[in-house]
Amino acid sequence: MLLLEDVAKSFPLPDGTRLQILDIPELRVGEGEQLVVMGRSGCGKTTLLHVIAGISLPDRGRVEVAEREITQLNEVSRDRFRAANIGYVFQTFNLLPAFSALENVLLGMSFAAGRTDTSRAEQLLTRVGLKDRLGHKPAMLSVGEQQRVAVARALANRPRLLLADEPTANVDTGHQQQIVDLLRDTCSEENIALVLVTHTPDVASQFERVERLEDLNQVARSA
Amino acid sequence: MSLLRIAWRSLVERRLSSFLTGLSIALGAALVVAVLVIFSVIERSFSQAAHGYSIIVGAKGGRTELVLNTVFHLGRPIENIPWSFYKEFSEGRFSRAVKVAIPYCLGDNYKGYRVVGTTPELFSELEYAPGRKYEFHDGRNFATDGFYEGVVGYLVARRTGLKVGDTFAPTHGITTEEGQGHTHDEFRVVGILAPTGTPNDRALFVNMEGFFLLEGHAKGSPQPQGPDGSEAEESDEAETRAESNDGQAGSAGVSNESNAAVGDHQNETSAADAHSGHQGHTHNREPLPEDQREVTCVLVRVTDPILGTHLPNVINEGPVAQAVSPLRVTQELINTIFQPIRWLLLVLTTLVIIVAGVGMMVAIYNTMSERRREIAVMRALGASRRTILMIVLCESVMLAVLGGAAGVLLGHGLIRVANPFVVAMTGVSIGLLEFDILEGLLIPGLVILAAVVGYLPAMSAYRTDVARVLSAAP
Ligand SMILES: Nc1ncnc2c1ncn2[C@@H]1O[C@H](COP(=O)(O)OP(=O)(O)OP(=O)(O)O)[C@@H](O)[C@H]1O
Ligand SMILES: [Mg+2]
Repeated sequence: MLLLEDVAKSFPLPDGTRLQILDIPELRVGEGEQLVVMGRSGCGKTTLLHVIAGISLPDRGRVEVAEREITQLNEVSRDRFRAANIGYVFQTFNLLPAFSALENVLLGMSFAAGRTDTSRAEQLLTRVGLKDRLGHKPAMLSVGEQQRVAVARALANRPRLLLADEPTANVDTGHQQQIVDLLRDTCSEENIALVLVTHTPDVASQFERVERLEDLNQVARSA
Repeated sequence: MSLLRIAWRSLVERRLSSFLTGLSIALGAALVVAVLVIFSVIERSFSQAAHGYSIIVGAKGGRTELVLNTVFHLGRPIENIPWSFYKEFSEGRFSRAVKVAIPYCLGDNYKGYRVVGTTPELFSELEYAPGRKYEFHDGRNFATDGFYEGVVGYLVARRTGLKVGDTFAPTHGITTEEGQGHTHDEFRVVGILAPTGTPNDRALFVNMEGFFLLEGHAKGSPQPQGPDGSEAEESDEAETRAESNDGQAGSAGVSNESNAAVGDHQNETSAADAHSGHQGHTHNREPLPEDQREVTCVLVRVTDPILGTHLPNVINEGPVAQAVSPLRVTQELINTIFQPIRWLLLVLTTLVIIVAGVGMMVAIYNTMSERRREIAVMRALGASRRTILMIVLCESVMLAVLGGAAGVLLGHGLIRVANPFVVAMTGVSIGLLEFDILEGLLIPGLVILAAVVGYLPAMSAYRTDVARVLSAAP
């Protein structure tokens, strides 16, 4: 389902040298498998998700998602592939402020397929417990509610892979659990592979497979 | 969700900025509309001014001067042509080709408004605009035998307060400023013309017969302020005349003043004016003998267009007079005077719109920093760079089109409000939905402008580094 082979990513530094972030010999995630990635701040977790999603390209190596080698695709194809196959939940500010909860979900659909399925969008929002908030703009929703809309949106296109970057970071413990349950249950129901980045041991402990990025990664960096 | 809808939402999200930007475009567009409409009014009122006749015949000299004097009641005074030449139109060799020939005798003013000596046929035979006959706001046309009757243009009546039954005494000279004019005998106002929107609203028309009998108007009459001219005598005369005027108009008046009337034609450039004897003035109810008559020009309506093109050639080849087409001269005036101004103003207003467009570019560009995150999220959701580019361009184009449309409506609305004043001043009424052809270019032009100025912010959006924006702390 997801395969990373010999993937390296670095960023240029102002002094002309490069800051090496990722050097991963291999990472595999199976069909419908759920993986939790942990790691200290700044170790490159977000960078890893960007590389998997094709938002940024690695310096070298192969990234394969759903049997497609996205590192070989051009940017437009990667955008299209991501829209159709990968759901992404960010840490914060997932939603577009000008659009209601329902429209945010529909937007995800229209960028992917060009057509929207309102009943599925409503169904997903109902599932995340926001049946009554369809027309609400993000500013009228709490952070936890916004994150739930983001989860609904990430699921809208029936992706093969869901990437969640600390989706519970700004949410209190009670709502944190709600979101984790939502992610875990939906992914297993719909057989969606999940890569979840979290700092919270309580969250990580609920999953079978937990990796520390430092262990996957060959880049030795002092904090 | 369509790009237009996404763009629209984005505009609504920043409604104040969008409104102000759209407003600046709207004001620019309203200015363009105003310029276009104002000039079309000017042009129409100008080209309408000479309706009803196709040829003006006057002394040889400046064509423009002749038209200005005759049609617009403007310009320096011009020389006269002999009565005999006028007769060629009414009963002589040209009469077969002529349907109507209206003589004009110029040279006097009343409080700065020109007084035209003419015949009643001016109002009974000619239209002032296609399908529009002269009408009287009050009273009636002057009568052929009412030597001292006159008709007042609508604006003159409004501004001078002249009413039917009032009398007025023309002053010699074509403007009050000329100062050298002396006051003539009085004419009685028998009618106030309804507004026509032509320069005739700004003139007074008197019976040519009375005009001829005014002192100094007979051909070759002596100068009043010449070596022996005296102002005192002048005003005495005026009084006596006024008295007699109140009496029986049309009764066979006998000249009770045998002294030669003193005339003032010193401002006339005609050096050819032979100084000869001159018979009487106001009190005289006898028409001026034909050999003492002159007219300034003749308005000619021809019987058919073919003769109409031939006639001016014949006249122009002769030694006496010239024939000009008022329409052509008017068009030349419009083309040489108004069109350059119109284009200049259009260029200026276009610059105003371009400045507004640059303002729009800055406004949208400034929103880009706060929208980075949104753009990155849309990209992460699968929107391509091109899609983002198109969304921003759509915003720019929508703002410009909506602003432009609002401006067009605003412009026409303002013109609607101004319409009564325009009608009062020019007589031309502008409909709310009267569009100039160039207005059709306004919206497409705005679309192009918006696409050009929208390109910079759109490119900035296009270049958004999604990974960097998404990993930066929001
Ligand atoms: N576009 C970029 N240009 C330069 N450096 C970058 C860029 N993106 C990330 N980095 C650097 O790469 C390192 C890893 O960043 P990343 O966001 O992946 O960390 P993280 O593990 O997600 O941290 P956190 O847990 O705080 O979110 C950081 O030191 C960061 O400064
Ligand atoms: Mg991170």
